[in-house]
Amino acid sequence: MFYREAGQFKTSYDADLAIFPIRQDLIGVLGILAVAFVVVPLTATPYVFTGILIPFLILSLAALGLNILTGYAGQLSLGTAAFMAVGAFASYNFVLRVPGIPMLLAFAGGGVVAALVGVLFGLPSLRIRGFYLAVATLAAQFFILWFLTKVGWITNYSSSGVITAQPIQILGYAFNTPQAKYLLILSVVALMALAAKNMARSNVGRSWMAVRDMDVAAEVIGIRLMPAKLLAFAVSSFYCGVAGALFAYAYLGTVEPEAFSLDLSFRVLFMVIIGGVGTVLGSFLGSAFVTLLPVLLSVTVRYLDSNLGLHIPESVISNLELMLFGGFIIFFLIVEPHGLARLWQIAKEKLRLWPFPH
Amino acid sequence: MQFFFEVLIGGLLSGVMYSLVALGFVLIYKASGVFNFAQSAMVFFAALTYVGLLEVGLSPWLAVPATLVVMIVLALAIERVVLRPLVNQPQITLFMATIGLTFFIEGLAQMVWGANVRGLDLGLADEPIGWLNENAGINVSKFDVAAAAVAAILVTALALFFNRTRIGRALRAVADDHQAALAVGIPLKQIWAIVWSVAGAVALVAGLLWGARNGVQYALTFVALKALPVLILGGFDSVPGAIVCGLIVGASEKLAEVYLGPYVGGGIEGWFPYVLALGFLLIRPEGLFGEKIIRRI
Repeated sequence: MFYREAGQFKTSYDADLAIFPIRQDLIGVLGILAVAFVVVPLTATPYVFTGILIPFLILSLAALGLNILTGYAGQLSLGTAAFMAVGAFASYNFVLRVPGIPMLLAFAGGGVVAALVGVLFGLPSLRIRGFYLAVATLAAQFFILWFLTKVGWITNYSSSGVITAQPIQILGYAFNTPQAKYLLILSVVALMALAAKNMARSNVGRSWMAVRDMDVAAEVIGIRLMPAKLLAFAVSSFYCGVAGALFAYAYLGTVEPEAFSLDLSFRVLFMVIIGGVGTVLGSFLGSAFVTLLPVLLSVTVRYLDSNLGLHIPESVISNLELMLFGGFIIFFLIVEPHGLARLWQIAKEKLRLWPFPH
Repeated sequence: MQFFFEVLIGGLLSGVMYSLVALGFVLIYKASGVFNFAQSAMVFFAALTYVGLLEVGLSPWLAVPATLVVMIVLALAIERVVLRPLVNQPQITLFMATIGLTFFIEGLAQMVWGANVRGLDLGLADEPIGWLNENAGINVSKFDVAAAAVAAILVTALALFFNRTRIGRALRAVADDHQAALAVGIPLKQIWAIVWSVAGAVALVAGLLWGARNGVQYALTFVALKALPVLILGGFDSVPGAIVCGLIVGASEKLAEVYLGPYVGGGIEGWFPYVLALGFLLIRPEGLFGEKIIRRI
């Protein structure tokens, strides 16, 4: 009844090409943004910011980066966390060594360095495909982390290899409360998501999708594989690099290379797969799922434990959470292999007919 | 020169251990096209179950078949619960499902048997072989040689199984083409159950050897990271590839660590095999022994 495009006539090509061609979609997105920018900062508690919202948004950005590479360009990568680490450590060095550099420029610089590293490790993709490429990107994961621990200059010769991110200050305003950090991250993520959405529906995105669906065929119709694949690696790593910089500056504070372990790479890949491969929305849904699931599980298990008086030992609880996490992932893959974004698509189709399906 | 040979042989023998883990991956990939990340979790699970059964009071000779039964039950459960509903899904979805499975198995193993580190004694001493040490001055561990012998027997048995039995032929048919195999009357479900059981048995052997070497602990799950470069170097679908490339990776990794490591600050064992494999892949994108991928439109 409400979600219907009847009566919305497009009279120009511009209107037809609009990013949200259906008015209700536009209103919905603006509504979500309004809630995120205005209502949430006024109501949420500091725990919700630091424990849920900030990691959710940062990891959404990383998932978006990986989704560009894996979902749109079809190149499987297990080195996401390493590219995030490059972004984090590069930003640290920019702030440390370039006096008076604006913070946002340092973040972007971290992204650019990550993009360069990404292109370097993307070069093998010109020859290697599929799982072979996935395992080969593990080379990036292990080599980069090793490099960051071994080269003292990067960590400013800190004896433990741990760096402390400088306080974020933009135009003289210090972003030191969870609220302020949240708003900063939200702005960055919203802008970059918009950019990704537009990239995906421009000719760059179309060439990526052609490469994903069949690279030989794409080559035949005149898409140059090398620039297309390397651009995908560069853009993806840029996103991951910025996400890594935000992860270090706005979430962790003190950073060691180990924070960007293979585990994080897998978590980001989970987000992409569970959210929906090749969708911008899916990155956010997947990130929400993977960030919230452990929190929900632990809260539920502890609640049951204390209320039913079971007194399960702590080790059993943590293992139970691990099992449930794995089980849920399998369950979701079986129920909806195309991810949560597909569920939303189906819901939209249903909504169009609701409440009179005939 | 003696030192060189000692490092080389040590590397080759540890390469055998990598091969054992890689073998489990290859078996499942060959017969179902699934890149089974949970293989390392299965190794961990098998080792932990064996040690747990010993602690309960079973004799070592009874504990091995008992663990084998547990692994087969696990394999059947995986086939029923995870694989069957995911038939015909893209490979990456199946891969992610096996990562989910990894979490599940790790949680299960530690919940049932506890998470503390345990020793495992197979009755094989980890000491140098006497006469080799006296005559050639090279230290070679008895344990490593025994492990290599076990691996050789296992590989021979698997090769015979794949090439000489009815089930083996059916496995190869399934690997070639699911649908065609179904069409000529090969029961896909049974075949998968068999493959996963065999992979479980291989995991048991690998788990026992690795457990005896490093202790049965959570770190066992990281052996997969050692097996992956072996896998891409040898090709996902080649049993001989897993063996030969296990040796290559083991030897080159140890040699690199000893001769190259000091110049760059050490600790290169973690990434060197990957970079090595990457170099090989640039020349042969499907691994040294993998089936050549022909791409048509």
